[in-house]
Amino acid sequence: MTTVHEDPAGARPEARPSVRVPRLRRPAWARVRDSRAALPFAIVLAIYVVMALAPSWFVHAPSLSSDLSARLLPPGAVRDGVTHWLGTDQLGRDLLNRLVYGTRVSLAIAFSAVLCAGAFGTFLGVVAGFARGALAAIVMRVADIVLSIPFFLLAILTVVALGPSLVNVVVCLTLVRWPRYTRVAYAQTLEAQGKEFVRSARAIGASGPWIVWRHILPEVLPSVIVVATLELGTMVIYEASLSFIGLGVQPPTPSWGAMLSDGREYIATAWWLTTFPGVALFILVLCVNLLGDHVRDRLDPTDQGRSR
Amino acid sequence: MKVFYSGTVRYVAGRLGQALLQLVGVVTIVFVVLRLTGDPAQLLVPQQATAADIARVRHQLGLDQPLWTQYLHYLAGICRFDFGYSYVQNRPALSLIMERLPYTVDLALAALVISVIVGIPIGMVSAVQRRRLLGRAAMPFVLVAQSMPAFWLGLLLILVFGVWLRVLPTSGAEGLQSLVLPAVTLASLSFATVARITRSSFLEQVGAEYVKTARSHGAGMGRVLFGHVLRNASIPIVTLIGLEIASLLGGAVITETIFAWPGIGQLTVQSIDARDFPVVQAIVLFVALVYIAANFATDMLYSVIDPRVRTTAAEG
Repeated sequence: MTTVHEDPAGARPEARPSVRVPRLRRPAWARVRDSRAALPFAIVLAIYVVMALAPSWFVHAPSLSSDLSARLLPPGAVRDGVTHWLGTDQLGRDLLNRLVYGTRVSLAIAFSAVLCAGAFGTFLGVVAGFARGALAAIVMRVADIVLSIPFFLLAILTVVALGPSLVNVVVCLTLVRWPRYTRVAYAQTLEAQGKEFVRSARAIGASGPWIVWRHILPEVLPSVIVVATLELGTMVIYEASLSFIGLGVQPPTPSWGAMLSDGREYIATAWWLTTFPGVALFILVLCVNLLGDHVRDRLDPTDQGRSR
Repeated sequence: MKVFYSGTVRYVAGRLGQALLQLVGVVTIVFVVLRLTGDPAQLLVPQQATAADIARVRHQLGLDQPLWTQYLHYLAGICRFDFGYSYVQNRPALSLIMERLPYTVDLALAALVISVIVGIPIGMVSAVQRRRLLGRAAMPFVLVAQSMPAFWLGLLLILVFGVWLRVLPTSGAEGLQSLVLPAVTLASLSFATVARITRSSFLEQVGAEYVKTARSHGAGMGRVLFGHVLRNASIPIVTLIGLEIASLLGGAVITETIFAWPGIGQLTVQSIDARDFPVVQAIVLFVALVYIAANFATDMLYSVIDPRVRTTAAEG
């Protein structure tokens, strides 16, 4: 382990011969770290994450109890000494309470879907790019085909087939979105393999998995992270859209999409039911997208200089 | 000339083969997804069906045969435009789709027109005036629009124009007036994409040599932009628009549900609610086929506009 594998590590960029032009830019992560402009969005996202992890810090009572005598109270209404800041819904449940608990579903599904699709897609892309040949052809063709089915419809079909539940929504979003990562990972792997340090590692006799882990993956990851951050917002919207048409997490678990769908029936009398869940959703997606844009500007090697 | 023709033929043939492969692939994926459920007969019959009904359906559909045979039957059925049968409505699924399709096409075209009229100028402004206030405000605006879930925008539009102002109808499909809100909602999905592509396509062109040449010959910026840059930047935009038509067909599911627009999107949700799964499956297949066809058509168009496409593809 020590002697054999130390050698290929010596072929990493920082140990390359000094004839090469020194790197003028600092490492990508350092540039992300000290980007002040994105801080507000990161803080808002962090608040959402805390709301998802510890909803009891924000609201008291569990959201599942219904009180029909308190139904459709407007925002700010006080009943039995309890102030309903955002009003109550058609079953008399506190809207703020359900909103906070709904964060959990939204973020859990979005993060899991990005992680699963990202890991699965990147794995396939790197393996296909490293192995090339027939395997690569098959993987990339399947990716093309999956991408050629409008994804929302494919998602609907998958959830219909599996039955709606939290896990199945994640499974379905993974099945639908992995090709996005595979394409990027495949292209980056091909590019990395032409680079000097990979060829040197190969010449020294490093094993395939070692080269992938030590040399190719670090080249592939920045692009994959860019795709992942941009996908996160899309996944939040997809989860809400699926639960809007009744294919998401099933009631009584609160989910923003389902809350909006319920509120649709009372739109003429109770505007708050369709407004606040949408605001929560919109702010979350906006912050995630702004952060994603920021990460892309900093990390994406192909986009350098174009956006400024 | 001979080289040119053989290149074109090879390009078209190759692209056609690719499209056919995609078609078979889509059919296969839909087949596999449906088989994930275990027993499709359970899904295909109405909820109150008896065990005998299920057994009959299973035999009728050939579900007692090996999977491989079933797959070939399914594939052959698609080739005969047999997209399945709705046991809930007692009609072929395709005829249900065809009945609703004109409404969705109207809606998708209206949305496309809106997103082109709004998206292209915003993209142009943000690329050309990127150091001025207007240009710098354009992309954040696009980002905000992109972060707006379409169904929430739809609900807000209903709230403002239907409930408070009472100026526009919020459901049904009667006349042009009722098309306005759904079309705006659906356009919010694609206008951001159109603006982004226009921007990046313009950014690639404005630094080009011919722009400097035209400017140095005294041509005004307006003339350079509309006479030269727009034409050169249009290819990616045209391609994108071709693809957007098909994805709007798919994106119409939510919009049509909100506005009770009687197109295939509403049909999808109604079929899910009624557990009419053959129709859901047929819709997915149908839209995917339209998508592949549109993809193929735009690639062909692309190679007519820009000869470099077919020659480089033939070499590679």
